[in-house]
Amino acid sequence: MTVALETRSGEAGHSGTDVRSDLHVHIEPRDRGGIAIELQSRVKPYYGDSIQRQAEEVLEALGVRHAQVQIHDEGALPFVIAARIEAAVKRAGRGQGTRVLPDKVSLPEASSRDRLRRSRLYVPGSEPKYFINAALHGPDAIILDLEDSVHPGEKDAARLLVRNALRAVDFLHCERMVRINQLPLGLEDLDEIVPESPNLILIPKVENPEQMLEAGARIADIKADYGITRPIWLMPILESALGIENALAIAQASENIVALTIGLEDYTSDLGVVKTPAGAESLYARQRVVNAAHAAGVQAIDSVCGDVGDMEGLRVWALNSRALGFDGMGCVHPVQIPVIHDAFAPTSLEIERACKIVAAYNDAHQKGLGVVSLGSKMIDPPVVQRALKLMARAQAMGLAKV
Amino acid sequence: MAILEKSELVANAAGRIVPEMVNGRPQVPFMGVGKYRPINGKATPAIRTSADFPTNGDKRVPDLESALRKCGLRSGSVISSHHHLRDGDRVALMALEAAGKIGVKDLTWFPSASFPSQKSAITLMESGVIDHIEGSMNGPLGDYCTQGKMRGMGVLRSHGGRWQAIQDGEVHIDIAVIAAPTADPFGNCDGSHGKSACGSLGFALADSIYADHVIVVTDNLVPFPCVPWQIQGNNVDYVVEVDSIGDPAKIVSGTTQITRSPDRLRIAELVAQFLRDAGIMRNGFSFQAGAGSIALAFVSYLKQMMKQSGVKARFVRGGSTKYLVELLEEGLTDYILDGQTFDLDGIRSMANNPRHVATSPFTSYNYHGKGNFASMVDAVVLGATEVDANFNANVVTHSDGRLLHGIGGWQNCLASRCTILAVPSFRDRIPVIVDEVTTLCGPGELVDVVATERGIAINPRRQDLLDAVKGSKLPIRPLREIKEEVERICGGKPQRPVHRDRPVAIVKWVDGTVLDTVWQIP
Repeated sequence: MTVALETRSGEAGHSGTDVRSDLHVHIEPRDRGGIAIELQSRVKPYYGDSIQRQAEEVLEALGVRHAQVQIHDEGALPFVIAARIEAAVKRAGRGQGTRVLPDKVSLPEASSRDRLRRSRLYVPGSEPKYFINAALHGPDAIILDLEDSVHPGEKDAARLLVRNALRAVDFLHCERMVRINQLPLGLEDLDEIVPESPNLILIPKVENPEQMLEAGARIADIKADYGITRPIWLMPILESALGIENALAIAQASENIVALTIGLEDYTSDLGVVKTPAGAESLYARQRVVNAAHAAGVQAIDSVCGDVGDMEGLRVWALNSRALGFDGMGCVHPVQIPVIHDAFAPTSLEIERACKIVAAYNDAHQKGLGVVSLGSKMIDPPVVQRALKLMARAQAMGLAKV
Repeated sequence: MAILEKSELVANAAGRIVPEMVNGRPQVPFMGVGKYRPINGKATPAIRTSADFPTNGDKRVPDLESALRKCGLRSGSVISSHHHLRDGDRVALMALEAAGKIGVKDLTWFPSASFPSQKSAITLMESGVIDHIEGSMNGPLGDYCTQGKMRGMGVLRSHGGRWQAIQDGEVHIDIAVIAAPTADPFGNCDGSHGKSACGSLGFALADSIYADHVIVVTDNLVPFPCVPWQIQGNNVDYVVEVDSIGDPAKIVSGTTQITRSPDRLRIAELVAQFLRDAGIMRNGFSFQAGAGSIALAFVSYLKQMMKQSGVKARFVRGGSTKYLVELLEEGLTDYILDGQTFDLDGIRSMANNPRHVATSPFTSYNYHGKGNFASMVDAVVLGATEVDANFNANVVTHSDGRLLHGIGGWQNCLASRCTILAVPSFRDRIPVIVDEVTTLCGPGELVDVVATERGIAINPRRQDLLDAVKGSKLPIRPLREIKEEVERICGGKPQRPVHRDRPVAIVKWVDGTVLDTVWQIP
């Protein structure tokens, strides 16, 4: 049986002197002649055979038997090579409905609802060179981004790359997050991403609870299809005046929502104001997010500081963020991580005071006293609660003894 | 002078296969660290008399060609030059081209290092003016050598090894050509002043003492006396004045920039933390760090930690840059002992600050002396292209066997009390920690720590260091474990690159024995 297929070529990925850890694949399906691979690679003396073999396997898996393939490799790792070849094949109109999955590192534990989320490092979903070492810098979470950092023409390829990264890259103790595209494009992202059990999915530009329900339903369907039972948490990003006004309803839309966050670039642009270092223009919106998050019993997470050179500005912003009631913020470069962790950590004075309050509380409790006092001051129950919370947080950050 | 064909190969104490005869000279294969005890005397330069030199001290001649003729240049001579002007140097090629004009052949060019801008030396090798280069080669010259196109064999030495080779008479220099940013007509030279200022002239000092003839070439002639006289005119035959000895933009970098690569910054920070947590960073300590991107970032992290802990160094060794100069000027070190000056701040500091001292390979690195400074340094941070699981390291060739770097002071620095290789665990997809290094440059017993972005490995021979960091938060891991992790990431062990069976260069150890061979590559 012969099926006439239209012959169109496909290409994916990047090469060039400035490119590292990526590759460019050009594929031209043909009717006969088998697979002919032309390989150019700076690592050819070491991995030339391996690349050749992997390319043949991926093409085979995608049902491509006859094609001319040009690979210009810049030292890409195997999971990247697989994703780029798959993208090129699919752009050539072949291999639809088949996914070629790279070897899997062991799936890390599901994350707890209220784990530490001080810092989340954004990594552009189309830049594989940043994936492999991102976790070494110790952020609480890594966001593989499919949205704003990925060119509209690269969405399909980035999706495959991020999917493969979720399987093949060891993100150590970091929570594995993915920011999908705005719905409805984001639904296609979910189809590739959810089977790999990310810990959390960020949904951008949410303006009403229905959007959360729509994404949630799709995730539930895919999880059911793949037999995934562990939770995949959700974090809506509010980026418009309307989104902010609907903050509480959005935060309460699904029990899988664990945090509410805000995107300040889009929000300030929606308002037609300039985003300033002091952030007066977004104070209301940020307070609203904090308040709605607490009302809904979820974490409140702040936006990012885009100026990587301004460490002092970042420190001031982050301290202010914590003071407003946020639990963490985003980062766009690893150098921002320690600054953010420092800023969101309770100070030693705070810890010392909380310790005393808790000790006084325990003491009173043991003596069967209803009233807790520290020195001459009476301590109200909410103060004790706050001290207990702070101690728990300090312990989670490794700052206080259990 | 086709030497390459008939050379017997033997295995040395490190198990590496090396030629017994190189460029017509018998060689001693590496015998182990500290094992080779030479019994001969040093080289003895001929006695010269002031009767043969002008009493008014004016040794000027009109041009290099005349100077070379007066020095008795002939076919087969050894001409030396130096790399204190780095990629900006014009003098070495000027001298070699003048020799070509004179019509001599089969010269040995003995640079302290060659640079990519000197690639036209290939033309001189093609035309037979130069037979071979003994000195570090990279870029086009490195490729020319590793592709087997050079007639004689390359000999790669450390900075200290170069002094040792000259002093021990392994290399007899017929004519040394010294580029001087400032000189007087008597031949006194200084590197820290003039439009082509470069800092220290230490690399040329051995040549000035041991060469038969010494020619100074300057673009900033001053009346006697030129002070400080880093090179003494009493060793100089002729002085040639030219318009320019080099391209200032390539002699020094205006500003040396710290890397912004998060992975490199992480390695640098880990190294600094290691020095702190291992107790090496303490009052009166010393360290050496070069001008590589990780080394510069390391200095900046260490500086913060020194300030936080109120710790001050007695001396630091460079490769000096703005970052070392800042330590000196902020009182965080008493001295900079400078072997090579990389940027404008370094040059300014050396010219003005008596605590910024120009040193030579003799004081700092020479192994055949009554000690040297390198072994007195508490910690040194170096790079490497490859390390094996036994801490043996390569710095001269890329994993595919192409010549990539000179050895520089690298081998000499291994004598430090704590030698730290700060390297990424893989570059692109190529693992840095390997089963066997392509070229052995540093025996593993001298490498104490390998610091990568994935963790710090301490040589099991250094139980004291392992004990010192016990209980610290540092990611201390066995080297083998890091290696296996990287192989998993890279999709298996790399293929072994193919090389031919023909040696094209040798790597000398600091004592003049042959440590390894560089092979022709396809």
